[in-house]
This record gives sequence, C-alpha cells and structure tokens, in this order.
Amino acid sequence: MAKIKIDGIDTTVAEGMTVLEAARNIGVRIPALCQHPKLTPFGGCRLCLVEIKGFPRPVTSCTTPVSDGMEIVTTSPTIERLRRTVLELILSDHPNDCMICEQAGACTLQELAYEYGLRENRFAGERRVYEKKDGNPFIERDLEKCILCGRCVKVCDEVQGVEAIDFGYRGFDSKIVTSFEDDLNCEFCGQCVSVCPTGALTGKQWAKHGRQMGVKETDSICSYCGTGCTITYHVKNNDIVRVTSKEDTLNEGWLCVKGRFGYKFVSSPDRLKHPLIKKDGEFREATWDEALDLIADRLKKIKREDGPDAIAGLSSARCTNEENYAFQKFIRAAVGTNNVDHCARL
Amino acid sequence: MAGLAAIFGSGAMTNSIREIEGMEVIFIIGSNTKETHPVIANRMIKAYRKGAKIIVADPRKVPMTKFSELFLKMRPGSDVALLNGMARVIVKEGLENKEFISDKTEGYEEWKKAIEEYTPEYVSKLTGIPKDDMIAAARLYGKSRRAGIFYTMGITQHACGTDNVRAVANLATLTGNIGRESTGVNPLRGQNNVQGASDAACLPNVYPGYQRVDQDEVREKFEKAWGVSLSPQCGVTATEMMNAARAGSIKAMYIMGENPVFTDPHMHHTVEALEKLDFLVVQDIFMTETARLADVVLPASCAPEKDGTFSNTERRVQRVRKAVNPPGEARDDLSVIIDLSRRLGYDMGFTTPSEVLEEFGRVWPALSGIDYHRIAKYGLQWPCTSKDHPGTEYLYKDGFPKGKVPFVPVSFRPPVEIADAQYPFVLTTGRNLYQYHSGSMTRRVKQIESHAGDAYVEINPEDAARLKISDHGLVRVRSRRGSVDIKARITTRVSEGVVFIPMHYHEAAANVLTNDALDPVVKIPEFKACAVSVEAV
Repeated sequence: MAKIKIDGIDTTVAEGMTVLEAARNIGVRIPALCQHPKLTPFGGCRLCLVEIKGFPRPVTSCTTPVSDGMEIVTTSPTIERLRRTVLELILSDHPNDCMICEQAGACTLQELAYEYGLRENRFAGERRVYEKKDGNPFIERDLEKCILCGRCVKVCDEVQGVEAIDFGYRGFDSKIVTSFEDDLNCEFCGQCVSVCPTGALTGKQWAKHGRQMGVKETDSICSYCGTGCTITYHVKNNDIVRVTSKEDTLNEGWLCVKGRFGYKFVSSPDRLKHPLIKKDGEFREATWDEALDLIADRLKKIKREDGPDAIAGLSSARCTNEENYAFQKFIRAAVGTNNVDHCARL
Repeated sequence: MAGLAAIFGSGAMTNSIREIEGMEVIFIIGSNTKETHPVIANRMIKAYRKGAKIIVADPRKVPMTKFSELFLKMRPGSDVALLNGMARVIVKEGLENKEFISDKTEGYEEWKKAIEEYTPEYVSKLTGIPKDDMIAAARLYGKSRRAGIFYTMGITQHACGTDNVRAVANLATLTGNIGRESTGVNPLRGQNNVQGASDAACLPNVYPGYQRVDQDEVREKFEKAWGVSLSPQCGVTATEMMNAARAGSIKAMYIMGENPVFTDPHMHHTVEALEKLDFLVVQDIFMTETARLADVVLPASCAPEKDGTFSNTERRVQRVRKAVNPPGEARDDLSVIIDLSRRLGYDMGFTTPSEVLEEFGRVWPALSGIDYHRIAKYGLQWPCTSKDHPGTEYLYKDGFPKGKVPFVPVSFRPPVEIADAQYPFVLTTGRNLYQYHSGSMTRRVKQIESHAGDAYVEINPEDAARLKISDHGLVRVRSRRGSVDIKARITTRVSEGVVFIPMHYHEAAANVLTNDALDPVVKIPEFKACAVSVEAV
C-alpha cells in the first residue's frame, strides 16, 4: 500500500494504481479524453496532467503509478493553463458542428470545451478534410471529428480481439485506418462506438432519430442470446433510437452487433397488429374477444371429445419467466395436460 | 440439460460469467462462442490476457481459435471419442484428482475399464485429431485444478447428445474441476430465456423448479397451490408433439413465440404435422412460417414492450422493462393467457408480472428470495432462498444434491447418418454472428441484412476444386430428406468432407436437410451431423 496526498487529502491506495485512478477513488476529478477505465493507459491526450512534488514538470496522471509519499496537485493555474492549451489544440482541428452532431450532449470533448469556455481559438488554421465515407452498414466513421485518442484501437484489440483498426500515417496526416483503408469489415460489435469520446464514431441507424432532448432511457435485458447483457433503450416518440450499455453492468458495457444494432425489427411494418382468424384459407382481422372466444370454444370441445392430452402447448425461450410460468400453468391447470414444452432443444 | 442434471443435480451452468476471468484453463467444445455468445467471448479474451490457456475443439476453425493454445479440429459427432481419449490420458499419466474421486464420486473403477479402449491412436482415427494435440489438451486440462468447460449445441444436438454431456461431466469429475470458483461445467444458453423457460417448467415432465409431475407428493403440492386436480402423466416433448400430430393423437396446439416449421429438423414433416391438426393457435410478433398454418393468430409483444424477467445462462434473474408500446392491438403474452384461462373457467390467480414471480417463488424455494425490488439494478442468481440471501454465484460449493457424483461409462457411437458414396459430405449447422435463430428478428434489420443477408454453405477449397465449385457460385446440397440451392463460401474453416450451413435463411433452410433422428433420452434432434451431397449448378 502507498500513502499519498492528493490536493491536500491523505489517502492510502494499492501499489500499482495510477495517480488518476487514486484521485478518482477519493472523488477528485481529473479531466481526460484518451483514458478509459477498462483499457490500458495511453497518455495521448495530455489533459490529465498533474503536478507531483519533486517532479521537474507536470506528468500525465493516467500513466504514472503511485508511490509511497507522493504529494499530488491536480489543479493549479499552471495545470489549468496547460489543459486549456491542449483543448484549444484539439479543437483547432475539430469541426465546430455540434448543432448537427449525433453525439451532442453526450460528447466528452464538447463538455470540456463548455467547461473551459472555449469560444475563440488561438490556433485556428488548417483542418483535416476527409471526404471518403466508409460504406459499412453499421458504424459511421467521421474522421474529421476524431481526436486520435486511440480508445477505439485499444478496445478493438484488447477487449474484442479483432484488431480491425490502427493508427496510420504521421503528424497532421495521422488517422485511424482499416487495413488497406478499405471499408470497415469487422464484427461490428460497436465497442469502439461506445468508447469514442466524440462524435467520430456513431451508429449509422441513429442518424437524425434523436439525441438527448425528448429521449427517455430505459434499462432492460437484451433479447438475443443467453448471456443476458444489460442494455439501455433510448426511446423517442415510442421508437427505439439507440441501444447502449452502461459500464457498471454484468457485461461491463460491452455488446455485440445484434444487441447494439439489431433493434429495428421492433418497429418493423411486418409486425402483427390485430388478431387474425382464418376462414376458407384466408386470414381476416378479428377483435380480441372474437379470437379468444373462438380459441376457448375449440379447446373446450377438443378437451371434451378427445381428452386434454389431445391438446399441446409450445412456449418460447423468447418470452419472460412470468409468461412461461403462466403458459405452463394454463396448459396444466386450465387445459389439464402436461403436453407443454419449449425450444431448449433447438 | 437433463444429461447434466442427472449427474450433478442441476442442468445449469455451474459458474458465473464473471468467474471466467479467474480460470486457468478454458476448454471450449462444440461452442462457437465468439459468434453465438460474443460478450462471453469478451470475458474469455479478458482471461486470456491474464494468462488463461484456451483449448478449442470443434469441426470448424471458429474465430475463438485465434486465442487458443490448442485447436482440436474434429470430425462432427466424434466428441465422445475425444473426451474419453482425454480422460484415458489423464488416468494413465496420474493427473486425476484422487481425493475428489474417493470422496465425492462413485463408479470410478468400472468407468475406468470402459475408457481403456480409447487409446490415442484409436481416438485419433475416430476424431481426425492428431494424437499429440489430443494428449497435450488432456495434459493441459488434467493438470489444472481451476478449469472450466464450455459447450453449447455442438455437444447436445446429436442423437448421442446425452452421451456427449456425460462424457464432458466425466472429464470434469475425473479432475475435480467442478463446484469451486472459476471451476466447473458450463452449458451456454443460446436464447435469452431458455434457462427461464426451463425453470418455469415449459417442459413435459416437471413442474416449475424441476419438480417431477409423476411423483404423487409433488403433484399434490401443486394441486393445492393451484386449486385444481392435475394430470399424473408426463406429457410429450416438442419433437414428439409433431409426431403425435401427424399420427392424429394430438388435435390442437397452442404455440407461443415459436417457429417450429423453421427451427425443427426435417421441415416437410413439421408442416405436414401442423396441417393435420384440427386447431392451431399461434401467438407471435410476425407472420412466421408457422403462423401461416394457424387457424387463429394472436399479435404478441416483444421484449422492449413488456415488463418481466429473463434468466440468463448463469441462472441470473434479471429485470426486463417496458420501453415502448406494442403496435396496434398487440398485447403482452401474459395478459392474453390470463384472459384465455378465465374463458376456460380457470382463474390464474395473478394479474401483474411481479405477482407471477412471487407465486413462482412460493412453489420453488430456489426463487423465493427474488423479487422485483431486489433485482432493480442487478439480477440475482438462483438458488436464492430468502430475502437476505445474496444469490449463488457457482453451484455445488457445499456438495452435490444427490450425494455422490456418478461416473457414467459412455461409448462412441457414430452419427445416425454417416457419409457414404451417395451422400459423401457431413453437413453441420449452426449460427453466424449477425443473424439470430430463425431470423424473424434480425432479418428485419436492414443493416444486418445488407451485411449478412445471403445464405451460404461453407466448403473446403480442396472439395470445391474437385467439384469445380467457385466462390459465391451456386451449389445444390441434397440429403435424404430434401435439397437446397445455396451459394458456396470456400473456406478452410471447414475440413475436407465437411460442409456447414447457418440455420437462419428460409430461402435455403438448413433444416430441409437435417436429420430428425433424436437422442433417446432428451429427444434433441441431430442437427449437427447428417449426410449430404454437394454439386455445382
């Protein structure tokens, strides 16, 4: 254990922890763009600079491990001036189009610019312009908004194990590239989208459906495989506009292509909207009362004439525990047979 | 699942997903984890980064092999041979867990004799896996005392599926790799709530909580709880229902959220069976292949449109919340069933989902500690027997419910249908990353369709060259039950003599070809191996 002092607060933390983690542990906030709690440190954005007593110049807190006796200052006029300059440099090469950006309101860079009140920019000048659009169906890659924090590169390698992207070129020409700069062709898990601190990576199907205003978030469970990832539906006007997952969930915020991008079936025009009764080989719309009365009459008749075992029910692993419990109880108690199963075997 | 329950006491995953991180050895057999359970694969990769060694055994070079220490590319349906062979190596080299075997198991000596014939040479002949790789895998797993086995339908969807599961269990029992943190046997559930549907007893032989319908005292308990007299007779399984419908002994079916026409083997048989019924009700969100055959179709709601709980693969009961309203007059399944039951003269005794879960907990103590309030943020894993019980991360910490764990001798049986002159290929089926099951959900997502909307058959380059098949060229795949025309995808993922078709595509449905031969115990169909011919068209 290491005894350290952060902004005058004494604390004891585990050896090996970074200064940034130690500070966050006791509720001291240090701004950062490239650092992500679930990825290895990078030290690229230079926003998390702190002063440490005895060190000749400020250091990045995300890459500096604590050691016993450290005295750390996370904010001072010098530090704030440096952070401001770093932010100005980043913003000098960032389109100022928050008004139409998908991530407005959920953008770390935007928040920091707001916090530091950056309207004018001393470094305004040439900007990177990328006209090529990535043609993949899932992930919008707007490289002009990319601040080269490298989170996407790290998550793709460290968490997903895919390594679909990496840094390419040097200096002003630096950008995140795919192999041979082709269209992205990966697992489309969207982990990169979830960790991007700006609007550089977004879901293509999110576009123009709703950002923050009027969007309600509801936590639920993904309805695809049996992993049971916790997801958050973002809903506007009774329409799911986005699916995300929080970091403190069982699945650590990670999702797959189906969970993150496979939600449009919910609002498909093919959805059944009315009960249907077949007559002479054709379906016609019916009321719920008509349909349920018909079912009850037919089941009663078959039960009377052929016994309850002539009836069988098939339930679904799609449905909830409560629906499944009710279904088997219905078949057993109301119909009177144990002919009930579901698709576990298929 | 029944196979695993008979041995350890429960059919569920013994560990939790979090524990994967702490595993020393991860043995994946018959699971394409990276594509079918991608986020569990993320945990495995996390474990790999911490130094875990991964063994993958599969007929296909699945993506997880990128992280494997050893990849055992086996012939479809040769799992028992491989597992027995590994067990024999472990015994011969003295790597078995002697203390665990003497304290916690029975039938060891007899079982040991039964695996004697599975010499590395013999196993290599049956499985196609090089002898040394099999031995290395046995040593890696056998030396570890913090190892987890993971499997899915690649183990179970065989006519010898129960034997496969027993062979898996034997290996874990032999090394004592069960019943501890980060150590166990883990069948990964393929669908969001298979665990819950099983727990809730949409099963013909048990009441909720796996309590047998053919035991008088159990039946009496449920008769009292539900205020009605119940049938003492076990019902029939889904696959048997289809046979009974065809034979005319089942006259009406009520199908809620299932598409058996598409997901059952031997599609023509299923259609014939459902057409023969006097009355068919289908409750679903789309007009599925099955719904088209119905007399009455009821519009249901999907997961984001209702409140309730799902139980995931690690037995965790988690809260599902309504985020949007269902379209038109569509209703949630629960209210429909309650309504219908009343019309049949039986009052269900509950109206809201939380009341249902409460009743579920009253009839099954393992759930009695779980309520909506407690799982508001994080789910709880059953058994959770009281309101202050923290839930159970891994099973069998305090021993096995049946006392001793039995070693069950199993011998290798080839798939019911093997390749021959007329049908020289073995077809295996499964899922891909993008599509899901019968595709009724994912195939309606434009982005997924544009990326993975074409059906395909994976075929080895050597076979393709011999048959003059070109990449993306059309081929005809034929079995004794039917034929499909489908695009070829030439890849070394599959070995020579093996082809793979994902199950999702109705226009080239794999289940037109698959064999409806059943495992004699759990009645699971043999989706993972049947004989086919392939020709360019």
